Amino acid sequence: MLSFFRRKRDTHSADTAKDRLQILLAHERTDRSAPDFLPMLQRDILAVIERYMRVGGDSVDIKMERGDDLSTLEINIELPGDRKLQTRGAA
Amino acid sequence: MAKIIVVTSGKGGVGKTTSTAAIGAGLAMRGHKTVVIDFDVGLRNLDMIMGCERRVVFDFINVIQGDAKLKQALIKDRRLENLAILPTSQTRDKDALTREGVGKVLDELREDFDYIICDSPAGIERGAYLAMYYADEAVVVTNPEVSSVRDSDRVLGLLSSKTHLAEKGEGGVKSHLLLTRYDPKRVASGEMMKVEDILEILSIPLLGIIPESTAVLKASNVGTPVTFDTKSNAGKAYEDAVSRLDGEQIEMRIKPERPGLFQRLLRRTA
Repeated sequence: MLSFFRRKRDTHSADTAKDRLQILLAHERTDRSAPDFLPMLQRDILAVIERYMRVGGDSVDIKMERGDDLSTLEINIELPGDRKLQTRGAA
Repeated sequence: MAKIIVVTSGKGGVGKTTSTAAIGAGLAMRGHKTVVIDFDVGLRNLDMIMGCERRVVFDFINVIQGDAKLKQALIKDRRLENLAILPTSQTRDKDALTREGVGKVLDELREDFDYIICDSPAGIERGAYLAMYYADEAVVVTNPEVSSVRDSDRVLGLLSSKTHLAEKGEGGVKSHLLLTRYDPKRVASGEMMKVEDILEILSIPLLGIIPESTAVLKASNVGTPVTFDTKSNAGKAYEDAVSRLDGEQIEMRIKPERPGLFQRLLRRTA
Protein backbone atom coordinates (compact mmCIF):
# COMPACT_ATOMS: atom_id res chain seq x y z
CA MET A 1 0.00 0.00 0.00
CA LEU A 2 2.74 2.41 1.01
CA SER A 3 4.83 1.57 -2.01
CA PHE A 4 1.78 2.14 -4.19
CA PHE A 5 1.51 5.72 -3.00
CA ARG A 6 5.20 6.29 -3.34
CA ARG A 7 5.27 5.00 -6.87
CA LYS A 8 2.47 7.38 -7.77
CA ARG A 9 4.36 10.37 -6.44
CA ASP A 10 7.56 9.39 -8.24
CA THR A 11 5.92 9.09 -11.64
CA HIS A 12 4.46 12.49 -10.88
CA SER A 13 7.91 14.11 -10.87
CA ALA A 14 8.85 12.23 -14.06
CA ASP A 15 5.66 13.52 -15.69
CA THR A 16 6.59 17.03 -14.68
CA ALA A 17 10.01 16.52 -16.29
CA LYS A 18 8.39 15.38 -19.55
CA ASP A 19 5.94 18.28 -19.62
CA ARG A 20 8.66 20.84 -18.96
CA LEU A 21 10.84 19.42 -21.72
CA GLN A 22 8.03 19.26 -24.25
CA ILE A 23 7.11 22.89 -23.74
CA LEU A 24 10.70 24.09 -23.72
CA LEU A 25 11.82 22.10 -26.74
CA ALA A 26 8.79 23.12 -28.79
CA HIS A 27 9.87 26.73 -28.28
CA GLU A 28 13.55 26.05 -28.83
CA ARG A 29 13.01 24.16 -32.08
CA THR A 30 11.04 27.01 -33.60
CA ASP A 31 13.36 29.68 -32.20
CA ARG A 32 16.51 28.01 -33.48
CA SER A 33 16.19 29.22 -37.07
CA ALA A 34 14.92 32.66 -36.11
CA PRO A 35 17.32 35.46 -35.22
CA ASP A 36 17.55 36.64 -31.64
CA PHE A 37 14.74 39.13 -32.03
CA LEU A 38 14.26 40.40 -28.49
CA PRO A 39 17.19 42.88 -28.49
CA MET A 40 15.96 44.21 -31.82
CA LEU A 41 12.40 44.43 -30.55
CA GLN A 42 13.61 46.34 -27.53
CA ARG A 43 15.60 48.76 -29.67
CA ASP A 44 12.62 49.39 -31.95
CA ILE A 45 10.19 49.94 -29.06
CA LEU A 46 12.58 52.45 -27.52
CA ALA A 47 13.01 54.25 -30.83
CA VAL A 48 9.26 54.62 -31.26
CA ILE A 49 8.71 55.87 -27.72
CA GLU A 50 11.59 58.31 -27.95
CA ARG A 51 9.83 59.99 -30.83
CA TYR A 52 7.23 61.16 -28.32
CA MET A 53 8.90 61.04 -24.90
CA ARG A 54 12.32 61.08 -23.35
CA VAL A 55 13.08 57.69 -21.88
CA GLY A 56 16.39 55.99 -21.17
CA GLY A 57 17.52 52.52 -22.22
CA ASP A 58 17.25 51.42 -18.60
CA SER A 59 13.55 52.11 -18.37
CA VAL A 60 12.39 49.24 -20.58
CA ASP A 61 11.82 45.90 -18.94
CA ILE A 62 10.81 42.89 -21.02
CA LYS A 63 9.51 39.73 -19.39
CA MET A 64 8.52 36.52 -21.10
CA GLU A 65 6.62 33.50 -19.86
CA ARG A 66 6.54 30.52 -22.20
CA GLY A 67 3.46 28.38 -21.88
CA ASP A 68 2.03 25.30 -23.49
CA ASP A 69 -0.63 26.94 -25.63
CA LEU A 70 0.17 30.52 -24.91
CA SER A 71 3.25 32.60 -24.25
CA THR A 72 3.10 36.09 -22.85
CA LEU A 73 5.43 38.96 -23.49
CA GLU A 74 5.22 41.68 -20.88
CA ILE A 75 6.82 45.02 -21.63
CA ASN A 76 7.07 47.62 -18.90
CA ILE A 77 8.24 51.09 -19.75
CA GLU A 78 9.04 53.44 -16.93
CA LEU A 79 8.04 56.96 -17.92
CA PRO A 80 9.67 59.97 -16.31
CA GLY A 81 7.43 61.74 -13.76
CA ASP A 82 6.04 65.25 -14.29
CA ARG A 83 8.54 66.88 -12.01
CA LYS A 84 11.47 65.32 -13.85
CA LEU A 85 10.01 66.48 -17.16
CA GLN A 86 9.57 70.04 -15.90
CA THR A 87 13.10 70.40 -14.58
CA ARG A 88 14.41 68.96 -17.77
CA GLY A 89 12.29 71.43 -19.73
CA ALA A 90 13.57 74.35 -17.64
CA ALA A 91 17.21 73.43 -18.04
CA MET B 1 33.18 41.84 -0.35
CA ALA B 2 31.64 39.70 -3.06
CA LYS B 3 33.15 36.29 -3.59
CA ILE B 4 33.32 34.59 -6.99
CA ILE B 5 33.16 30.81 -6.81
CA VAL B 6 33.52 28.53 -9.84
CA VAL B 7 31.93 25.09 -9.84
CA THR B 8 34.07 23.00 -12.16
CA SER B 9 35.25 19.43 -12.83
CA GLY B 10 36.72 18.86 -16.27
CA LYS B 11 34.59 15.76 -16.72
CA GLY B 12 30.97 16.02 -17.79
CA GLY B 13 28.00 14.58 -15.96
CA VAL B 14 29.50 14.59 -12.48
CA GLY B 15 27.02 17.10 -11.04
CA LYS B 16 28.32 20.62 -11.69
CA THR B 17 24.96 22.16 -12.54
CA THR B 18 23.14 20.29 -9.77
CA SER B 19 25.81 21.48 -7.33
CA THR B 20 25.71 25.07 -8.61
CA ALA B 21 21.95 25.20 -8.10
CA ALA B 22 22.16 23.52 -4.69
CA ILE B 23 25.00 25.74 -3.45
CA GLY B 24 23.38 28.90 -4.83
CA ALA B 25 20.08 28.09 -3.14
CA GLY B 26 21.86 27.12 0.08
CA LEU B 27 23.77 30.40 0.28
CA ALA B 28 20.59 32.38 -0.44
CA MET B 29 18.77 30.44 2.29
CA ARG B 30 21.52 31.56 4.68
CA GLY B 31 20.65 35.15 3.84
CA HIS B 32 23.36 35.96 1.30
CA LYS B 33 22.54 37.75 -1.92
CA THR B 34 23.55 35.15 -4.46
CA VAL B 35 23.62 34.89 -8.24
CA VAL B 36 24.27 31.73 -10.27
CA ILE B 37 25.69 32.11 -13.79
CA ASP B 38 25.60 29.58 -16.60
CA PHE B 39 28.86 29.51 -18.62
CA ASP B 40 27.84 26.61 -20.85
CA VAL B 41 27.08 28.70 -23.94
CA GLY B 42 25.01 26.79 -26.50
CA LEU B 43 24.04 24.05 -24.04
CA ARG B 44 22.34 25.95 -21.26
CA ASN B 45 20.82 23.89 -18.50
CA LEU B 46 21.13 25.79 -15.27
CA ASP B 47 17.80 27.48 -16.09
CA MET B 48 16.09 24.04 -16.22
CA ILE B 49 17.64 22.84 -12.97
CA MET B 50 16.62 26.11 -11.30
CA GLY B 51 13.13 25.82 -12.84
CA CYS B 52 13.04 29.19 -14.59
CA GLU B 53 13.51 28.01 -18.19
CA ARG B 54 10.26 29.55 -19.35
CA ARG B 55 11.21 33.00 -18.14
CA VAL B 56 14.48 33.51 -20.01
CA VAL B 57 14.36 36.70 -22.06
CA PHE B 58 17.88 38.07 -22.30
CA ASP B 59 21.06 36.24 -21.44
CA PHE B 60 24.71 36.57 -20.42
CA ILE B 61 25.81 36.92 -24.07
CA ASN B 62 23.25 39.67 -24.74
CA VAL B 63 24.73 41.56 -21.79
CA ILE B 64 28.34 41.02 -22.91
CA GLN B 65 27.49 42.24 -26.40
CA GLY B 66 25.60 45.26 -25.12
CA ASP B 67 22.18 44.15 -26.41
CA ALA B 68 20.65 44.12 -22.94
CA LYS B 69 21.32 45.55 -19.52
CA LEU B 70 22.43 43.17 -16.78
CA LYS B 71 19.28 44.03 -14.80
CA GLN B 72 17.13 42.84 -17.69
CA ALA B 73 18.91 39.51 -18.05
CA LEU B 74 18.89 38.56 -14.36
CA ILE B 75 15.98 36.31 -13.42
CA LYS B 76 14.80 36.58 -9.85
CA ASP B 77 14.09 33.28 -8.18
CA ARG B 78 10.43 32.99 -7.18
CA ARG B 79 11.14 31.01 -4.02
CA LEU B 80 14.09 32.91 -2.59
CA GLU B 81 14.28 36.67 -2.66
CA ASN B 82 18.07 36.64 -2.35
CA LEU B 83 18.64 34.41 -5.35
CA ALA B 84 19.06 35.34 -9.02
CA ILE B 85 19.99 33.44 -12.17
CA LEU B 86 21.94 34.72 -15.14
CA PRO B 87 21.18 32.27 -17.96
CA THR B 88 23.40 31.84 -20.97
CA SER B 89 22.58 31.77 -24.67
CA GLN B 90 21.23 28.60 -26.24
CA THR B 91 21.93 29.70 -29.81
CA ARG B 92 25.46 31.13 -29.77
CA ASP B 93 28.75 29.33 -29.20
CA LYS B 94 31.56 29.77 -26.71
CA ASP B 95 33.39 32.29 -28.92
CA ALA B 96 30.77 34.82 -27.85
CA LEU B 97 32.44 34.87 -24.42
CA THR B 98 35.33 37.31 -24.12
CA ARG B 99 37.61 37.74 -21.14
CA GLU B 100 36.94 41.48 -20.96
CA GLY B 101 33.17 40.98 -21.36
CA VAL B 102 33.01 38.37 -18.61
CA GLY B 103 35.16 40.57 -16.35
CA LYS B 104 32.88 43.56 -16.84
CA VAL B 105 29.72 41.60 -16.03
CA LEU B 106 31.32 40.06 -12.93
CA ASP B 107 32.45 43.50 -11.73
CA GLU B 108 28.91 44.79 -12.08
CA LEU B 109 27.54 41.77 -10.19
CA ARG B 110 30.08 42.29 -7.39
CA GLU B 111 28.31 45.52 -6.51
CA ASP B 112 24.97 43.83 -5.84
CA PHE B 113 25.74 40.32 -4.67
CA ASP B 114 27.64 38.59 -1.84
CA TYR B 115 28.24 35.39 -3.77
CA ILE B 116 28.65 34.87 -7.52
CA ILE B 117 28.56 31.18 -8.45
CA CYS B 118 29.87 30.31 -11.93
CA ASP B 119 28.62 27.04 -13.41
CA SER B 120 31.43 25.84 -15.67
CA PRO B 121 30.87 23.73 -18.78
CA ALA B 122 32.65 20.39 -18.99
CA GLY B 123 36.05 20.32 -20.64
CA ILE B 124 38.91 22.77 -20.41
CA GLU B 125 38.13 24.92 -23.43
CA ARG B 126 37.14 28.57 -23.60
CA GLY B 127 33.91 28.35 -21.58
CA ALA B 128 35.53 26.43 -18.74
CA TYR B 129 38.61 28.65 -18.85
CA LEU B 130 36.58 31.85 -18.56
CA ALA B 131 34.31 30.41 -15.86
CA MET B 132 37.37 29.87 -13.64
CA TYR B 133 39.48 32.83 -14.75
CA TYR B 134 38.15 35.45 -12.30
CA ALA B 135 37.30 33.03 -9.46
CA ASP B 136 38.38 33.60 -5.86
CA GLU B 137 37.53 30.03 -4.91
CA ALA B 138 36.71 26.81 -6.73
CA VAL B 139 34.46 23.88 -5.95
CA VAL B 140 35.86 20.90 -7.82
CA VAL B 141 33.05 18.38 -8.27
CA THR B 142 34.37 14.83 -8.40
CA ASN B 143 32.84 11.36 -8.54
CA PRO B 144 34.64 8.47 -6.84
CA GLU B 145 35.69 7.07 -10.20
CA VAL B 146 39.06 7.05 -11.98
CA SER B 147 38.36 9.30 -14.98
CA SER B 148 36.64 11.92 -12.85
CA VAL B 149 39.52 12.06 -10.35
CA ARG B 150 42.04 12.31 -13.16
CA ASP B 151 40.13 15.17 -14.82
CA SER B 152 39.79 16.97 -11.47
CA ASP B 153 43.56 16.80 -11.07
CA ARG B 154 43.96 18.40 -14.50
CA VAL B 155 41.50 21.14 -13.59
CA LEU B 156 43.32 21.79 -10.30
CA GLY B 157 46.46 22.37 -12.34
CA LEU B 158 44.66 24.99 -14.43
CA LEU B 159 43.18 26.65 -11.34
CA SER B 160 46.66 27.19 -9.96
CA SER B 161 48.19 28.47 -13.21
CA LYS B 162 45.68 29.86 -15.70
CA THR B 163 43.56 32.13 -13.55
CA HIS B 164 43.57 35.80 -12.66
CA LEU B 165 44.81 35.08 -9.12
CA ALA B 166 47.59 32.84 -10.44
CA GLU B 167 48.70 35.46 -12.95
CA LYS B 168 48.81 38.09 -10.21
CA GLY B 169 51.15 35.76 -8.32
CA GLU B 170 48.71 35.19 -5.49
CA GLY B 171 49.03 31.44 -5.58
CA GLY B 172 46.02 30.50 -7.65
CA VAL B 173 42.43 29.83 -6.70
CA LYS B 174 41.53 28.33 -3.33
CA SER B 175 40.05 24.96 -4.25
CA HIS B 176 37.68 22.65 -2.39
CA LEU B 177 36.69 19.10 -3.21
CA LEU B 178 33.01 18.23 -3.45
CA LEU B 179 32.62 14.49 -3.72
CA THR B 180 29.31 13.58 -5.38
CA ARG B 181 27.45 10.33 -6.09
CA TYR B 182 29.19 8.73 -3.14
CA ASP B 183 27.77 5.35 -2.23
CA PRO B 184 28.81 4.24 1.29
CA LYS B 185 27.53 0.73 0.65
CA ARG B 186 29.75 0.23 -2.37
CA VAL B 187 32.65 1.81 -0.50
CA ALA B 188 32.11 -0.65 2.35
CA SER B 189 32.16 -3.56 -0.06
CA GLY B 190 35.38 -2.29 -1.60
CA GLU B 191 33.86 -1.53 -5.01
CA MET B 192 34.24 2.22 -4.73
CA MET B 193 37.20 4.38 -3.73
CA LYS B 194 37.03 5.82 -0.21
CA VAL B 195 36.95 9.54 0.56
CA GLU B 196 40.43 9.20 2.07
CA ASP B 197 41.79 7.65 -1.14
CA ILE B 198 40.56 10.55 -3.25
CA LEU B 199 41.77 13.16 -0.76
CA GLU B 200 45.17 11.50 -0.73
CA ILE B 201 45.41 11.71 -4.51
CA LEU B 202 44.07 15.24 -5.02
CA SER B 203 45.26 16.70 -1.69
CA ILE B 204 42.81 19.58 -1.43
CA PRO B 205 40.44 20.30 1.47
CA LEU B 206 37.11 18.48 1.46
CA LEU B 207 34.02 20.65 1.24
CA GLY B 208 31.44 17.91 1.39
CA ILE B 209 30.32 14.42 0.47
CA ILE B 210 27.05 14.14 -1.41
CA PRO B 211 25.64 10.63 -1.26
CA GLU B 212 24.07 9.01 -4.29
CA SER B 213 20.40 9.86 -3.83
CA THR B 214 17.08 9.57 -5.60
CA ALA B 215 16.33 13.11 -4.45
CA VAL B 216 18.71 14.55 -7.07
CA LEU B 217 16.80 13.23 -10.09
CA LYS B 218 13.51 14.18 -8.49
CA ALA B 219 14.76 17.73 -7.91
CA SER B 220 15.92 18.10 -11.50
CA ASN B 221 12.63 16.66 -12.81
CA VAL B 222 10.69 19.45 -11.17
CA GLY B 223 13.28 22.23 -11.44
CA THR B 224 14.00 22.72 -7.74
CA PRO B 225 17.49 22.92 -6.25
CA VAL B 226 17.96 19.78 -4.15
CA THR B 227 18.84 21.89 -1.10
CA PHE B 228 15.11 22.63 -0.76
CA ASP B 229 14.55 18.93 -0.12
CA THR B 230 15.70 19.28 3.48
CA LYS B 231 14.57 15.76 4.34
CA SER B 232 16.79 14.05 1.77
CA ASN B 233 20.34 12.99 2.51
CA ALA B 234 21.62 14.82 -0.56
CA GLY B 235 19.80 18.00 0.49
CA LYS B 236 21.28 17.81 3.98
CA ALA B 237 24.75 17.07 2.63
CA TYR B 238 24.58 20.15 0.37
CA GLU B 239 23.37 22.22 3.30
CA ASP B 240 26.43 21.13 5.29
CA ALA B 241 28.77 21.83 2.37
CA VAL B 242 27.29 25.31 1.98
CA SER B 243 27.79 26.03 5.69
CA ARG B 244 31.45 25.06 5.34
CA LEU B 245 31.81 27.22 2.24
CA ASP B 246 30.37 30.03 4.31
CA GLY B 247 33.07 29.55 6.96
CA GLU B 248 31.36 27.29 9.49
CA GLN B 249 33.11 24.30 11.00
CA ILE B 250 30.85 21.30 10.61
CA GLU B 251 31.70 17.71 11.19
CA MET B 252 31.81 15.56 8.06
CA ARG B 253 29.10 12.96 8.22
CA ILE B 254 28.00 10.43 5.71
CA LYS B 255 24.61 9.24 6.72
CA PRO B 256 24.05 5.72 5.61
CA GLU B 257 20.81 5.27 3.71
CA ARG B 258 18.20 4.10 6.19
CA PRO B 259 17.35 0.55 5.32
CA GLY B 260 13.77 0.12 4.19
CA LEU B 261 11.25 -1.89 6.17
CA PHE B 262 11.65 -4.81 3.81
CA GLN B 263 15.43 -4.81 4.16
CA ARG B 264 15.18 -4.56 7.93
CA LEU B 265 12.85 -7.56 8.01
CA LEU B 266 15.22 -9.48 5.77
CA ARG B 267 18.15 -8.61 7.99
CA ARG B 268 16.25 -9.79 11.04
CA THR B 269 15.46 -13.13 9.49
CA ALA B 270 18.99 -13.53 8.14
